[in-house]
Amino acid sequence: MNSAPDQNPAAGSSTPAPSRREFVTRGLQVGAALALTGGVASWLWNRHPPGDFNREAAASLLPDFSDRTAGPKMAIVTGRERPAMVRRALEAMGGVQRFIKRGDRVMLKVNAAFASPAILSATTHPDLAAELVRLCLAAGAASVVVTDNPINDPESCFTLTGIAPAVRAAGGEVILPRPGLFAPGTLPGGRLIRDWPVLHEPFRGITKLIGVAPVKHHNRAGASMTMKNWYGLLAGRRNQFHQDINGIIVELAMMVRPTFVILDGTASMMANGPTGGSLADLKPTQTMIISTDGIAADAFGATLLDKTSADLPYLARAAALGLGTVDFASLHPIRESVAS
Amino acid sequence: MKITTARRIAQGFFFSLFVWLCLVATVGPRWTQWRGWPIAWFLQLDPLVALGTVLTTHSLYPALGWAVATIALTILFGRVFCGFICPFGALHQFVGWLGRLGRRPKDKMAANAYRPAQVIKYYILLAMLAAAAGNLLFDLVRATRTSVGLALGLAAAVALLLFWLTLRQIIPNVRRALLIGAGILVGWTVAALVLSAHGGTLALLQIGWLDPIPLLYRSFNLFVLPAGDLAVERWFPSGRLYVGVGVIGGMFVALVLLNLVIPRFFCRILCPLGALLGLIGRGTLWSIGKTGAKCTECALCDVDCEGACTPMGPIRVSECLMCMNCLDNCPTAKPLGYRPRPSSGGEVADVGMSRRGFVATLTVGLAAVPLARLDGSTKGNWSPGLIRPPGSVAEEEFLARCLKCDACIRVCPTNTLQPAGLEHGWEALWTPVLNNRIGTSGCQLNCIACGHACPTGAIRPLALDEKYGTGDFADRGPIRIGLAYVDRGRCLPWAMERPCIVCEENCPVTPKAITVSETEETLRDHVLTVAALEGTTLKLANAHLPPGGFASGDYLCRLAGSDRSQRIVANGADTLTLDAPPALPVGTAAASGAPATSGDAEGPTSPPVAAGLTATIQVRLQRPMVDPSRCIGCGVCEHECPMSGLRAIRVTADNETRGGTHGVLLRGK
Repeated sequence: MNSAPDQNPAAGSSTPAPSRREFVTRGLQVGAALALTGGVASWLWNRHPPGDFNREAAASLLPDFSDRTAGPKMAIVTGRERPAMVRRALEAMGGVQRFIKRGDRVMLKVNAAFASPAILSATTHPDLAAELVRLCLAAGAASVVVTDNPINDPESCFTLTGIAPAVRAAGGEVILPRPGLFAPGTLPGGRLIRDWPVLHEPFRGITKLIGVAPVKHHNRAGASMTMKNWYGLLAGRRNQFHQDINGIIVELAMMVRPTFVILDGTASMMANGPTGGSLADLKPTQTMIISTDGIAADAFGATLLDKTSADLPYLARAAALGLGTVDFASLHPIRESVAS
Repeated sequence: MKITTARRIAQGFFFSLFVWLCLVATVGPRWTQWRGWPIAWFLQLDPLVALGTVLTTHSLYPALGWAVATIALTILFGRVFCGFICPFGALHQFVGWLGRLGRRPKDKMAANAYRPAQVIKYYILLAMLAAAAGNLLFDLVRATRTSVGLALGLAAAVALLLFWLTLRQIIPNVRRALLIGAGILVGWTVAALVLSAHGGTLALLQIGWLDPIPLLYRSFNLFVLPAGDLAVERWFPSGRLYVGVGVIGGMFVALVLLNLVIPRFFCRILCPLGALLGLIGRGTLWSIGKTGAKCTECALCDVDCEGACTPMGPIRVSECLMCMNCLDNCPTAKPLGYRPRPSSGGEVADVGMSRRGFVATLTVGLAAVPLARLDGSTKGNWSPGLIRPPGSVAEEEFLARCLKCDACIRVCPTNTLQPAGLEHGWEALWTPVLNNRIGTSGCQLNCIACGHACPTGAIRPLALDEKYGTGDFADRGPIRIGLAYVDRGRCLPWAMERPCIVCEENCPVTPKAITVSETEETLRDHVLTVAALEGTTLKLANAHLPPGGFASGDYLCRLAGSDRSQRIVANGADTLTLDAPPALPVGTAAASGAPATSGDAEGPTSPPVAAGLTATIQVRLQRPMVDPSRCIGCGVCEHECPMSGLRAIRVTADNETRGGTHGVLLRGK
């Protein structure tokens, strides 16, 4: 009992009073600690409760890449060899240099949705992607990046489709999607694309945007062509948009204004789309379409699938917003053929 | 160069090689990816893996032949594997060294003194081998019923063993030996009489819990590398998630940190592979020992001894990890050497197991088999959620082969392969199972990576033809790992009057295993009254529709009594615009006095006719259905289903082809 003062000499009445120097030093230390605590707390102070429903989305939507030069708006080339067809179609449109200037940074949005080989035509053909990369670089483009946010595993998709090796060999860069590349965006006037993750980072510095898609059957949308291809710029739980497939395709058309699009109907997937999986699903329609108007390109593409534009309600809805025309004939498409 | 320097170089090399082989275990074309790298090489070197699978499967999976080299190395040179090669050993040694930095030699000597607890690893090994050997023992007993030659041969072997044990005075006298022999004979005979002719698999392969090589693969594959990737986002752009990583990674962290309490805690006390190599290496040709030269007993050799095998006193050969620190520490006169002769300072051959401990552990190991299997988890009570990767063999055979090394899980490009938790029985813990909610996709149609990564054939290395059921395998059909079921209570078009069919879109099988039935469903809450008709637009009375809400192209309108619905192209709060002038009910047209056939000719506006009619709104739905004869259970549909909590289409292991007993369809249908 009486050993307590020995164990703790600082306690008890026997402790000598602190000197003035000690008192001032201790006082300053305590004051500094209190000030630090208060300062950190006020620096971190946030009176808004956490929650992402009322957040103002960073409106990080895409610039307008659409073509403003004079010249043909659509070309339709028949043939068998994709590179030759796309070269001829671009020549008919006035040459690559009409669209791609020296120093341009080009993005090629391919359809790499599925990890299946190129021969099944469920994805953009690597020959076509590589040829476009070469043509853009030859026209003086500073860089060409190729990207998509596929449905299957991204790396498997870009590898198995042959797109990644072909693009790299041609001098292009492949960008695989990862969460850091997307940023939430809200489409002005949009009902669906609100605070939704949209591909963002890879667009930095991009001056030209080209969409490249195959012609495919799609049970829900009627067809998957160049307009449906922009789905691949979305991330998040984008499958919800299937509840209003026409609505989302129209909003994508509002959001994305490409320099031009290429619709590859060399082999059209007539059934079992958009995955395909068998050569029996394909029909050699032997057509390559280039247009500065994606709606017109898809309206023509519908005919390759033995459908009419009335079967694809998103065409008329997008056209009604002034985003293009369903009546592709009014663009006076240049028709050519590449003998093989 | 000092021998310890050589050891450090070897340890650094093999540890780096191990990390490299884990790193490159990703599918892809680059040289930093799998390509030809022997990613399972350390598992193949592991004699416990070889012995364990031989006991459970009665055969040596070819690549495991590397283990023979390790055994030969141990017989000739002692536990060189532990000291020079084992990557986990290198990690323990390094962390233990860090923990002892700056300590006094006296404290280090105390830390590196032999502890009786070091016997625990032998018991762990014994329990694991006993659990694995049950089947072999019963098969041998059964075989002696039909083969007299085998019975006599076994009897001779047992007699020889007893004779040798008596000579070595392990069995104290001849009477005891005869008694034991008689006991074995009686026991064997009784067993041979009562054993059923066809027993199920009575073997457990659970070495993977603590065998350092599978343990380290598992820890690196599921914890260390994904954790590193969180920071650099380099190997897996979409990140890697693993169910139960907390326990797997926590076990690894704990084992590594225990080196701060007892140096090489895992190696000395827990490691069953070390125990096996210790037993094999007891009679090693070359060993550390005293040479007979004058020893001052300075005890420097004991200061840094990694194995705690007391090189100064009588050395415990089976504990020696071949760290060679004692040779390095031994001062000038060199009374200590590494030579093909026993130590002149004496050797302790006994690893410390007691007879009672031996029998008790044996019992535990053998009892583990019914403890695991009597819950029926491999029989009628099989877990439908246990979807094994394609190429997996039937479940009992699978469990007899799977090491829980999780190489398959690492190599899976989509991250859908996950370590199983306890929900499928504790025997299946950390074995691979598909989880379609995790990862970038379900099991990809064109991928066979897991089977080629499996070191023991629990997952067979498939050719794509075999997986698809094409080419030479056309008569067998594709390999199915399960079957997708539509949950009609959760599915948007089935239960909630909304279009979707994401599952159908993504079904990779051709022709698609998911087909749709089309229907026009009348919306429950939208029975409307027409006030007027203007061209293609219906004006409605007292309607409050969401403007544009029915303009998506999926909605139709039908007037009561009409014979068809028409697509709605636009709507306001009280207007519906159709894609053509509305089809009027036949009866209404007749009542207006005009011939029914000339309804269209009357012109676009006919308010007296339409007013007061009832209009309903239909939604055009495509409802998904699964064809079990086509579905392979890949789970892409489940992964993509927008019902992101509990999916509206889910795969279970029903209808899987492996084992042939979980089929759903009548044969030939």
